[in-house]
Amino acid sequence: MSAPLPANSHATRRSSEAMLSRVANSLYWMSRYIERAENIARLLDVNLQLMLDFVNLDDQQLKEHWLPILRSAGDEELFFKHHDQANSTTVTEFMTFSEENPNSVLSCIFSARENARQVRDQISGEMFETLNEAYLFLKSKNARAVWNSGAHEFYEQIKKYSHLFQGLTDATFSRVDGYEFIQFGKFLERADKTSRILDIKYHILLPSVFDVGGAVDAAQWQALLRSASAMEAYRRFHPADVTPAKVAEFLILSDTFPRSIRYCVNRVDHYHHLLAETQSDEYYSQEGEDFGKLVADLRTLTIKQILSSGLHEFMQRVQSDLDHIDDFIYQTFMYHPPIDLEAEIRLHQQEMQQQQKKSA
Amino acid sequence: MVLDNYLTEDFFDEMFNDGRLVRPHYKRVLDRMQSLDTEEYHRRQTAVDLSFMRSGVTFTVYNDNEGTERIFPFDLMPRVIPADEWAIVEKGLIQRITALNLFLHDLYHEQKILKDRIIPPHYINGAKHFRREFMGCNVAKDIYVHICGTDLIRGRDGGYLVLEDNLRCPSGASYMLENRTALKRAFPNLYQSANVHPVDDYPNQLRNVLQFVAPDNLGSDDGPNVVLLTPGVYNSAYFEHAFLARQMGIPIVEGRDLVVRDAKVYMRTTAGLMPVDVIYRRIDDDFLDPSVFRPDSLLGVPGLIHACRSGNVTLANAVGTGIADDKVIYYFVPKIIKYYLGEDPILPNVETYLASEPSDRAFILDNLAKLVVKSANEAGGYGMLMGPWASSEEIETFRKNIIADPRNFIAQPPISLSRHPTWCGEDFEGRHVDLRPYILYGDKISVTPGGLTRVALRKGSLVVNSSQGGGSKDTWVLRDNG
Repeated sequence: MSAPLPANSHATRRSSEAMLSRVANSLYWMSRYIERAENIARLLDVNLQLMLDFVNLDDQQLKEHWLPILRSAGDEELFFKHHDQANSTTVTEFMTFSEENPNSVLSCIFSARENARQVRDQISGEMFETLNEAYLFLKSKNARAVWNSGAHEFYEQIKKYSHLFQGLTDATFSRVDGYEFIQFGKFLERADKTSRILDIKYHILLPSVFDVGGAVDAAQWQALLRSASAMEAYRRFHPADVTPAKVAEFLILSDTFPRSIRYCVNRVDHYHHLLAETQSDEYYSQEGEDFGKLVADLRTLTIKQILSSGLHEFMQRVQSDLDHIDDFIYQTFMYHPPIDLEAEIRLHQQEMQQQQKKSA
Repeated sequence: MVLDNYLTEDFFDEMFNDGRLVRPHYKRVLDRMQSLDTEEYHRRQTAVDLSFMRSGVTFTVYNDNEGTERIFPFDLMPRVIPADEWAIVEKGLIQRITALNLFLHDLYHEQKILKDRIIPPHYINGAKHFRREFMGCNVAKDIYVHICGTDLIRGRDGGYLVLEDNLRCPSGASYMLENRTALKRAFPNLYQSANVHPVDDYPNQLRNVLQFVAPDNLGSDDGPNVVLLTPGVYNSAYFEHAFLARQMGIPIVEGRDLVVRDAKVYMRTTAGLMPVDVIYRRIDDDFLDPSVFRPDSLLGVPGLIHACRSGNVTLANAVGTGIADDKVIYYFVPKIIKYYLGEDPILPNVETYLASEPSDRAFILDNLAKLVVKSANEAGGYGMLMGPWASSEEIETFRKNIIADPRNFIAQPPISLSRHPTWCGEDFEGRHVDLRPYILYGDKISVTPGGLTRVALRKGSLVVNSSQGGGSKDTWVLRDNG
């Protein structure tokens, strides 16, 4: 069991600990992007390996395999602006190296690093250096060479940068507001990605989760587990069999696995309370209440209930509630309406004129 | 590794005297370098370069496509200054900044120096960086120049000369600090045995200065709240801004993070608006406040000047200090020192001609091919004519420009800057250097013992600016005379 969190750390926040809204926003995105890069790397790695087990696939089969993966990243439309065919080469290229794709591994690492650069006075040198190294690696010609000689090593390297970064954040970043924004972003991204990984099965097989089976199916469910780094953790609870319901249950409802939706949503909830300075179970906004309902449902629902009312529908709800709570935090803490420069200039010019009149 | 083939040629060399004997304060350094073979030296140099790249100690080059980040080339062979020599430099710099600060105060108040005809008034009234808006305005503790980086060079006789004063937003202090860190890693034992003054206290001292000049009425009880204002992540010196802010433990802000209400400055935080008392600004006057200066600038904060004039916020350096690093005013600095302090300058100027003085102008136009011509308000090595190396076309362009706007030009004889052994890939060769020490003015004036030695890496080049292919060296001020 992890150490208990300070019960009311939100109550002790003083104005001297407040940070620029822009900084909060950059810390949050830095965290989301590195987490996203890691998730995409894992997803591609697993699926490329999965392809090795299938021989003689035709174009249509390749497409059926890769399209849901593209869709799960939400990048289908953009992809077809640049490519005609979805196959291992085009999708992997698009999701790994494409600079046009803001969600490619490369774009995510670049964005994480750029956000870190914006706040490098706020984060530890170690944190910046890790992202900077990842950036320099991807920028070098060596990155392609590593990828060409073995995609697995390449994606491993990306995951390592992410893990190193998360570890260094834990070890070198003070537990102030900034930390809460970083964690909020990380768990939100992770919950979202796990729900999208589960959704892949929906796109492949449509809702009839109960009546499928066979070798290909088992391989795919195992791939899902691996895509969420959950294979070993799953085996500890279910040593013998990989069944759709058990996989879904594990990835949605596990209390202890740090990538399950329940675990991540609980963490998002925790950091949301810290940031909003509310007690647990106390919500001051519509977004908060909806989200609170999701937290409660994840506590009480069984996997059977979730599956019978539709896995895809449930995943959509998870994604949408996460979106809303995210938007609430953004509007409340990170967003200030942009300054209307012209109005500001007029205002201050008038003030100065008035003062000159007074003193004249 | 030996420097047997090293040539001092016809220059003042920092390390060797005319008889090619090592100067005493360089003996330790030379012994250590000679104990290394070429490969070993090269290995250490590469390690330092990589570590700079990895930790992002870079500056941004604009004229490349889309702003490339580069490391500031760093040469491992340190520049060494013995204690007695430094004592003079330090004294001279303190004298200079004291006089310049009195000059600025006078200019923005009684203007006695103009009335006494020490400086012809038209030079001030026609100056690009003179801020009429601040006439009669008081600044906290009467300090205008909080941070100054004065460029020093040594001529053929080894005497120090002031090349220019940078009183607006002098940069480079972060490289001084990073260079020291790198050198300590590369040569820990040599460094330790050499009895060098540390420089790492600079950020602390800078923060003390900034806190010292806070306005009397603070915006909050736990103040003063000090921030560093940067143009943003795409500015060439952004690394330095972030570095100094982190070292000082103060927030780095952009214009869009600040807002002015009732002539007070606030920053936009997660907990709402928070008052700001002191701004270490790394933005030039022109861009500070679009409601007063350039309305098209998105970098600044509308109302900032009003807040500043109302005495609710202190800017470091103060608005309007740029008048004192106008190169035409530079010409008058020895007179300024004499006028306010009654002393002769300890550090002399380079001999300078003013294009707006008829007799000087005639001389300049007749001797363009022998002179260095500089625009009055450019920095970074831009807007310069190096007569002896220029094409006749360039010379003619400058001739036209000088005739059209003489106020904007000065000329100096080319100084053959001193040289320093510098690693050039396979061996050491002499390369020209200058020195930018950093002077801080708070409750007292202090000169950081060291500074940024910049080195012109291109063979024969006299231009040391980072934007023009220069590099840098760690600068050691010894506690003894070596």
